[in-house]
Amino acid sequence: MTQKLYLYSRFERFWHWSQAVLIIFLLLTGFEIHGSLEIFGYEKAYLYHIYVGVALVILTAFAIFWHLTTGAWRHYWPVKEKIPQICYYYAVGIFRGEPHPFEKRPDQKLNPLQRLAYLFLKLILFPLQFVTAFLLMSYQWWSYLGIEATFRKVALWHTAGAFAFLFFLIIHTYLTTTGRPWYNHIRGMVLGWEEV
Amino acid sequence: MAVTSNWCRCTSCHAGYGWKDKNFDFDKVENIDCLVCHDTTGTYKKFPTDCGYPPLKDKVFAGKKLFKAVNLSFVAQHVGPSTRESCGKCHFYSGGGDGVKRGDIDSTLIAPDKKLDVHMDAKGLNFTCATCHTTTAHEIDGRHYDTPAPGGLALAFPKYQGHRVRCESCHGLRPHRPKQKLFDWRLVKLNDHTDRVACQTCHIPLYARGRPTNIYWDWSTAGQFKDGKPIVKMGPLGRPVYHSKKGTLKWGKDLVPVYRWYNGTYSYVLPGEKVEAGPEPIEIIKPNGSPTDPKARIFPFKPHLGKQPYDPVNKTLIIPKLFGPKGSGAFWADHDWKAAAAAGMAAAGLPFSGEVTFVKTIYYHALSHMVAPKEDALKCGACHIRKGGRLADISGVYLPGRDRVPELDKIGATLCLIVLCLVTIHGLARIILAFKK
Repeated sequence: MTQKLYLYSRFERFWHWSQAVLIIFLLLTGFEIHGSLEIFGYEKAYLYHIYVGVALVILTAFAIFWHLTTGAWRHYWPVKEKIPQICYYYAVGIFRGEPHPFEKRPDQKLNPLQRLAYLFLKLILFPLQFVTAFLLMSYQWWSYLGIEATFRKVALWHTAGAFAFLFFLIIHTYLTTTGRPWYNHIRGMVLGWEEV
Repeated sequence: MAVTSNWCRCTSCHAGYGWKDKNFDFDKVENIDCLVCHDTTGTYKKFPTDCGYPPLKDKVFAGKKLFKAVNLSFVAQHVGPSTRESCGKCHFYSGGGDGVKRGDIDSTLIAPDKKLDVHMDAKGLNFTCATCHTTTAHEIDGRHYDTPAPGGLALAFPKYQGHRVRCESCHGLRPHRPKQKLFDWRLVKLNDHTDRVACQTCHIPLYARGRPTNIYWDWSTAGQFKDGKPIVKMGPLGRPVYHSKKGTLKWGKDLVPVYRWYNGTYSYVLPGEKVEAGPEPIEIIKPNGSPTDPKARIFPFKPHLGKQPYDPVNKTLIIPKLFGPKGSGAFWADHDWKAAAAAGMAAAGLPFSGEVTFVKTIYYHALSHMVAPKEDALKCGACHIRKGGRLADISGVYLPGRDRVPELDKIGATLCLIVLCLVTIHGLARIILAFKK
């Protein structure tokens, strides 16, 4: 009874995977700058962090343009339906082999929980990281820009955002393995076609 | 320890031509020694114990070193601008020997290579001292008495003459510039440091790179003899670790500086000032500055520890008479601290109770010389590291890599670990159930 749906267009897949690589790299270099890891050495970690961060900003600019022009932003519009059922599914149903309560369709690719999570990412976390990053890079100009902040506080928020990204990455990566078969979602994001 | 009461020994460098007692007139033009700076022949040398006078006939110092009579007319016919050698005659030997006091200047700067000093590099820029220490009417631009530490770009206008001693005077406040590329974020970030970090902090990664420098001087052990003869015990660096006249000494080479906030001024303990002796050393020369002082920068210092005589009743540091003939109370002749203290304090016009104890002291010497080539400058990780970094003791700045908010790290790491455990358990349960079926 399965059917193949073309869910993820070429740009979407490119955007998703390059974003994934960039964010993982930002986490590694960022936590090295923070003093928690030792991989590249401080100077390289710092420079990579800046370069990769700029790359992510550029990619995000293209992604925003793509979402607005294609109308794909509608996929993130929050809905209330089926949230309890989905929670029940991940807590119990998935172990009993029950079907996922949400049906993926090309016009609604994301389940209500995904919508909430990704919307939070896009509206809160990305802006938080971009704004704090910009502030950290420009602290010499704060007094001219009329910004009253302390480096310590901004660094604290940037670090908090990094932990939030790591938190998301762990859950997100795990949930990609909950398809049937387990690699179904991952294959979908690679090839664009997903079996539903 | 001071020049006072020891004039004729100390004033072979501490400037004054014939400064032999406290009545010396600094305003008299004929008391200024022109030749000591402007001699170009290298033959003008002052006799160590002649109150700042050169030997006018052949004389032997301490039974060993011969000082030849100076031919004054020959020297006078060969005057010229100061050189590294002429300035160095005193400044390289401050503290009584090569490199003893300073740690950032010594006789190796007469003809240094680039590795030792990028500016004085004899085969390169070949700066003299006066290239940076510019003068107006013989007033030499120095840094540590009245000039604030950080400064701006000073141009070739006459008004800047005599005020071009700072690194920033030539290099500016954003000194790192790309050579080939139009833009280099690395250099932008390095330039961002100049608001809080002095150039010297990264570019003088070590001090005493030429000769060993004295880092500890304990006067309390001075005056011991073996079979009535003075003891001189040499250490591994070729410098005495014990000397009957001086006490116990420690030396160092290629040393890591200590770092302090510094706005270009010092606080000094002045003669007769009351100081409490406690378990911590008395800071006799202390850099001023704090993180909230916009003029202050993080700056490298040579700390010098010592033990020196103290009057426990009047609570003052003692200026002892060290140099003089037998019977004058001079410590180097009579070996009696109480007599030396009485004679020294009397000469200084200060009260003395008759009691002598020894207190721990420390002074800080700002390091500005022997600037290393850029490839030897400190790397980011020297300070941006959680523990044991060069700036581990510096407070008032958030230093990424060193600083964090431990609570945030704990909460963040704990939440991530919890969710990692949960998804692992969830995943394992799915795998086990899949196998059961």
